[in-house]
Amino acid sequence: MKSICLYFQIHQPLRLRRYRFFDIGNDHYYYDDFTNESIISKMAKECYLPANEILLDLIRSNKQSFKVSFSITGVTLDQFESYAPEVIESFKQLAETGCVEFLAETYSHSLAALKDQDEFKVQVKSHSQRIQELFGHKPKVFRNTELIYSDDIGAAVASLGYKGMITEGAKHILGWKSPNYLYCNALNPKLKLLMRNYTLSDDIAFRFSVQSWNEWPLTTEKFVNWLDHLDEKEEIVNVFMDYETFGEHQKKESGIFEFLSNLPAAILKSGSYKFITPSDAIKEYQPIAVAHVPHAISWADEERDLSAWLGNSLQNEAFTKLYELKKDVESLNHERINKDWSYLQCSDHFYFMCTKFFSDGDMHSYFNPYNSPYDAFINYMNVLSDFKIRLDELREDGKPATSIENELLKKDKLIKRYETEIKKLKKKILSD
Amino acid sequence: MKVLMFGWEFPPHISGGLGTACYGLTKGLSKIDDLDIIFVVPKAYGDEDESKMKLVGANNTHIKQIQEHIRKFKSKHTYLEVESELIPYNDPDEYYTFRNSKLFGKNKLFKVNSEGKLEFTGKYGANLIEEIYKYAYVASTISMDNEHDIIHAHDWLCYPAGIAAKEVSGKPLVVHVHATDFDRSGGSVNPKVFEIEKMGMDAADKIIAVSNLTRNIIIEKYGQDPSKVETVYNAVEPVSYEQKQANKKGVKEKVVTFLGRITMQKGPEYFVEAANAVLKRTNNVRFVMAGSGDMLEKMVARAAQLGISDRFHFTGFLKGDDVFKMFEISDVYVMPSVSEPFGISPLEAMQSNVPVIISKQSGVSEILTHAIKVDYWDIDALADAIYGIIKYDSLSRVFKEKGKEEVDNLKWTNAARHVHQVYSTVIN
Repeated sequence: MKSICLYFQIHQPLRLRRYRFFDIGNDHYYYDDFTNESIISKMAKECYLPANEILLDLIRSNKQSFKVSFSITGVTLDQFESYAPEVIESFKQLAETGCVEFLAETYSHSLAALKDQDEFKVQVKSHSQRIQELFGHKPKVFRNTELIYSDDIGAAVASLGYKGMITEGAKHILGWKSPNYLYCNALNPKLKLLMRNYTLSDDIAFRFSVQSWNEWPLTTEKFVNWLDHLDEKEEIVNVFMDYETFGEHQKKESGIFEFLSNLPAAILKSGSYKFITPSDAIKEYQPIAVAHVPHAISWADEERDLSAWLGNSLQNEAFTKLYELKKDVESLNHERINKDWSYLQCSDHFYFMCTKFFSDGDMHSYFNPYNSPYDAFINYMNVLSDFKIRLDELREDGKPATSIENELLKKDKLIKRYETEIKKLKKKILSD
Repeated sequence: MKVLMFGWEFPPHISGGLGTACYGLTKGLSKIDDLDIIFVVPKAYGDEDESKMKLVGANNTHIKQIQEHIRKFKSKHTYLEVESELIPYNDPDEYYTFRNSKLFGKNKLFKVNSEGKLEFTGKYGANLIEEIYKYAYVASTISMDNEHDIIHAHDWLCYPAGIAAKEVSGKPLVVHVHATDFDRSGGSVNPKVFEIEKMGMDAADKIIAVSNLTRNIIIEKYGQDPSKVETVYNAVEPVSYEQKQANKKGVKEKVVTFLGRITMQKGPEYFVEAANAVLKRTNNVRFVMAGSGDMLEKMVARAAQLGISDRFHFTGFLKGDDVFKMFEISDVYVMPSVSEPFGISPLEAMQSNVPVIISKQSGVSEILTHAIKVDYWDIDALADAIYGIIKYDSLSRVFKEKGKEEVDNLKWTNAARHVHQVYSTVIN
């Protein structure tokens, strides 16, 4: 019996506002609330809420035999909290069914794994904590930003206590090998790897509504037929994609929601498949071989490498200049600064600076607020300059101007703590 | 004396120094007694300041009028030939085509709207050549409708208009050269533009150049008789105090500014390289490149490559108050132009008490004494000059005081008086 592992990634960048040179040193707010709010509410309405509803129905009607997994970045959770709290509620409902697994990742969808181990660990921890608070279980399997993976990153993830990790079944890594088995890390074989089957995943995620595709229209029967034609010995098919596939990348009119609601029944019908979560997979299967990935891979673009984020001099400059500030941020340990520091590390800022227009321009223009990569770079560097000025000021003259802010943040935290306590007590009373 | 003046842009709808210069000059001329100006632009928006002159938009001129005079126009109009690449355009819903094959030959059509007016964008777009000729076409109508003693055309875009007006009225033509294509292109001249420029200069009774640098180009490259070419320097409008609101400078470091179109003519790459050199020696400085242009992206990439992007900022195109805001927070203004016929912006900077560094290859360097002048290609000298001004306060103080004094004496009324003299010589 083969296993099907469905995993959806949810991330929305926290877009920066138009931050001009004149603002440097004068205005310390960096985010475009209007755009962020409108995109989040639009996505909630067109994608997250309807898709969640379908999944919830599927789980209930298939009674434990249908399972999915998600990873939601901290940045996105923060935005849901501010602009669309009903989305979080709906994920909580999914979590309560016990058939949904949430994976760990970096809080701000960052590239920290490539730069700084300590920062990476901090971000992973804060994300896990957040997931546990919201959905009641501690993530056991890790997914790095944009499925970026290398032997070293895998080893670092293993040292954080994770038993499994998911990544791209990149052709230049696997070669003749099939992604439909479990693999393990080259440095620490205890870390098991799930490889994305990019053909079957992208058939849904990218090609579903492409009418010039020779397999269009894609039906559930056709998809199951493809599964039937896989080698008998293969164990697990990893279908990983952006959750925005449903309703955004593939519009409602394409029939993607109908496809989603009919897929589980079609797959389960023959009795030769079952759905599993990544945690189940690493318990159930043994790795078939070691995956050697000396240079980092990702799931982005044709190249499946890092060139979408760190492929030109603009991106490298911005990335280096950002991490030069790390020491100052750490030594200050200031609430507001830490928050901005986390948000400024979002990989999207670098993604928007990508100059590889021609082959993958489509993907890069999704949710992109800038006219050109140069524009993105200029804006980001202006923000970074202001951030550095704040760091310098705080370091030099204590924290007089911002002590009120700090007080407020402390009070906010207190309120939150009390709120959760009240909720717990209420639950207790109700259950008694 | 009545002057029929042809310009391409007029404040507040300007994209560069040309509009500013035209406005300043007309304001200066309006102070001279017995001198009236009719200022013509391709597109009048209606919000221009018309207190000093009558402003005529070619887009508001009825073409029907010309039909009455068509015979007269045709007989007098021998020179102006419409470019063959002009693409006729006929949309039956909105336009009918004004067509006179006798006048323009086959397939040489202009698009006329339902009110009998030609449409103009007033921009520097893809159909620039078409616009120029349409403008010239309307100019002849305007020339007939408005009595005048002399015609004054600013820069090559308006030369055909000036020529057309002269052909109709027979009045003397003065062309005002604010720039030549040798400046704009860095030597690789567009033959079409050159042709129009030379045509205008040849047809002119007198040529006004904005600097000796430009005067020499006109004499050497366009083969004009030196006695026909007169240098009249530009000036600068005094800044009113209302415009100067206090802006908070957000950064502690010294600010070194480049402000202008980011094109080869303005030498932006020398500014980036000099910034890199200065940043190696001191950290107490930020560089700002304000403006936009076809070399912007290259400059962004270069700054990133040099690893100075945290100290080198871009603002994009600035207009109106933002320009003053920028000057206000600047400690040095740099204009490393490769070839600058005049260059008003350093004068504006000096007005705002900003010391300036200008290239020797600029017209304005001929009249300024309290400015540092370097060769545009001499990055070391440029870096030295920047370093000196930001490091030694006494130096910058002297430049501020003396510079302000100097620039306050450069008045448009003086330039206007000079232009008036030129008018008198051609009329008599």
